[in-house]
Amino acid sequence: MKRPLAVAFLVAALVLAFIAPMWLGRYGNNIMSLWLVTTVAALGVNLIMGYAGQETLAQAGFMGVGAYTTALMIKGGTLSLPFAAAPVTLAWQPFSLITAMAASAVLTFLLGLVIGFPALRVQKHYLAFVTLAFSVLMWLVFRNEEWLTGGVFGIQDIPRPSVFGIEMSPSRRLPHRYTYFILISTVVLAAAMWWLVNSPWGRAFTALRENAVRAESLGVDVRQYTLLAFAIGSAYGGLAGALFAPLVEFIDPNPFTLEKSLLFLLMIVVGGIGHFIGPFIGAAIAVLLPLWIETFQSTLVAAGHTWAGHGSYILVYAVIVIATIAFMPRGIAGMVSSLLTPKRRPHADVKGPTLDGARP
Amino acid sequence: MTDFLQLLIAGIATGSIYALAAIGFTLLWQTSQTINFAQGEFVMVPAFFALAGMSALGMPFGIAAVFSIACALAILGFAFKHVIVDPLLGQKGTLPLVISTIAFALLLKDGVKEFYSAEGQRFPTILPDTLYSVAGVKISLAQIGVLVVAVSTIMTLQWFLSGTRTGRQMQATAQNPTVARILGVDVERMVLYTFLINAGLAAVASLLISPIYLAKFTNGEVLGLTAFVAAIVGGFNQVRGAIVGGLIIGVLDNLAAAYVSSRYRLAVPLVLLVAIILFRPQGLLGRREERSV
Repeated sequence: MKRPLAVAFLVAALVLAFIAPMWLGRYGNNIMSLWLVTTVAALGVNLIMGYAGQETLAQAGFMGVGAYTTALMIKGGTLSLPFAAAPVTLAWQPFSLITAMAASAVLTFLLGLVIGFPALRVQKHYLAFVTLAFSVLMWLVFRNEEWLTGGVFGIQDIPRPSVFGIEMSPSRRLPHRYTYFILISTVVLAAAMWWLVNSPWGRAFTALRENAVRAESLGVDVRQYTLLAFAIGSAYGGLAGALFAPLVEFIDPNPFTLEKSLLFLLMIVVGGIGHFIGPFIGAAIAVLLPLWIETFQSTLVAAGHTWAGHGSYILVYAVIVIATIAFMPRGIAGMVSSLLTPKRRPHADVKGPTLDGARP
Repeated sequence: MTDFLQLLIAGIATGSIYALAAIGFTLLWQTSQTINFAQGEFVMVPAFFALAGMSALGMPFGIAAVFSIACALAILGFAFKHVIVDPLLGQKGTLPLVISTIAFALLLKDGVKEFYSAEGQRFPTILPDTLYSVAGVKISLAQIGVLVVAVSTIMTLQWFLSGTRTGRQMQATAQNPTVARILGVDVERMVLYTFLINAGLAAVASLLISPIYLAKFTNGEVLGLTAFVAAIVGGFNQVRGAIVGGLIIGVLDNLAAAYVSSRYRLAVPLVLLVAIILFRPQGLLGRREERSV
């Protein structure tokens, strides 16, 4: 895409995004907020898969860590540690949302380093197995450690604290302040990601993706870059969780299952892996598709076709993904950009981001 | 001590089932570089073929078991290869295939949940659940049945791989497809056989494990994780390794559930995985492999 065109598109999208919450109702605002939160987590997955060429099957797990951390911090209260010999009780005042977000990001970043380090020492797919196991383990922790996470009952009545003195809870005049907070956070995080992948540091990934052997011989420490990318991508998951908890005001283990982690992976593929815009498109489809299909199903059932009551959106989604990979491996973003780019060189495609990622 | 022995026997019985799943996973990886992230679902689904055969078509269990294996060969073997894997082999790298198998896993899982049942289903055992007591150690006939079926399946496979011409051609394909092709091996056919064997092993594992865990659509997560870890523990590209890995996990799993915490028995594969990666990344029986970059 030509630069002025891209800038115009970006400005239009931003203006639209800032106007939208005003005329979207309460429901629409919820959907939009959910889309933005999903996008933040998906941006992280895109960094890990599209730029560093690794598979992560734990983004929902990291999101859960961020969500629980934030929920506990901004609620304030007491915790009694069950495993101390003498009963130890922690009590704290509610933290600000920004502090909680920072803490969630740091915690998930460190967790990313800890589980990424051993996995990235060995073969390519080991990170996938380790994150798979981590995802299952985190879900067990969320469900079983009632003293910390409330178990299956979760954490209720999560507040929306004020940020820099601005109230976030809905008022009559401005009912959708929190949507704006999420929107601004997403824009900031997306800009940071943009800077990251276009900085010299991020350029190293492009080098990796195109020719790993050459990149390494030019002094790119593949392992270190991949590990940092994984940790940063996981921190985006944590930040998404931190935004998610005050949005839904109640969290339990359900949104953080392994299946949700897998769906993050798939939405990147549909959106366009390795494309900056990919996560935005993928997240939109992941959020909207279930709603469309549900509406469609209930219409069919209402018209007397009871068979349509069976089947969930995941079935449709899985088929879409399998077809996308076979026929449109660069996703929707890849297809659109190749339609917009005039074909000057017949081999231009080879240089573009592919599903494969960094290491051939 | 008798408790320990009982747990050990139960562990070996479930471990031999994990081994079946891990062997299939390893064979697929060896011959076609397919990392099948749907392996857990491959072990979950055939039980439902059998259940469907029994409830919808009124088959007795024995025929339903054969029906289930036939369905597995057709869908999880033949169709999986031709519809999911083959179209992606031309693409660069393994990531597309990985993602496609993940999507397929979700498809199978949700298919079972939506079209059969979200509830755990009781599943008949091959031999009845009568208990025998040998020197104070209680062994059930069902456990013996599991062991006999699993061990004879593995031995038949070993005999097939090393004792028959086709089996040796498959091994050649796994070791070096290019050379195998030059020597006149029909590589395509051998790859297809591998997919069929994987589906068959998964179906046998499914019929054996379902009475223990109940047949449920979420079983695949745990079974898949266990199979991957068993394969890695044993050394990713070794059939013997997969057997050892499966047995180790089965035993540790049962011991941990009894002596540590049954809530965290799923953490056993994770701990084992990290330990192996840190201390012996090539696996217990594996050879050191060159890292590609």
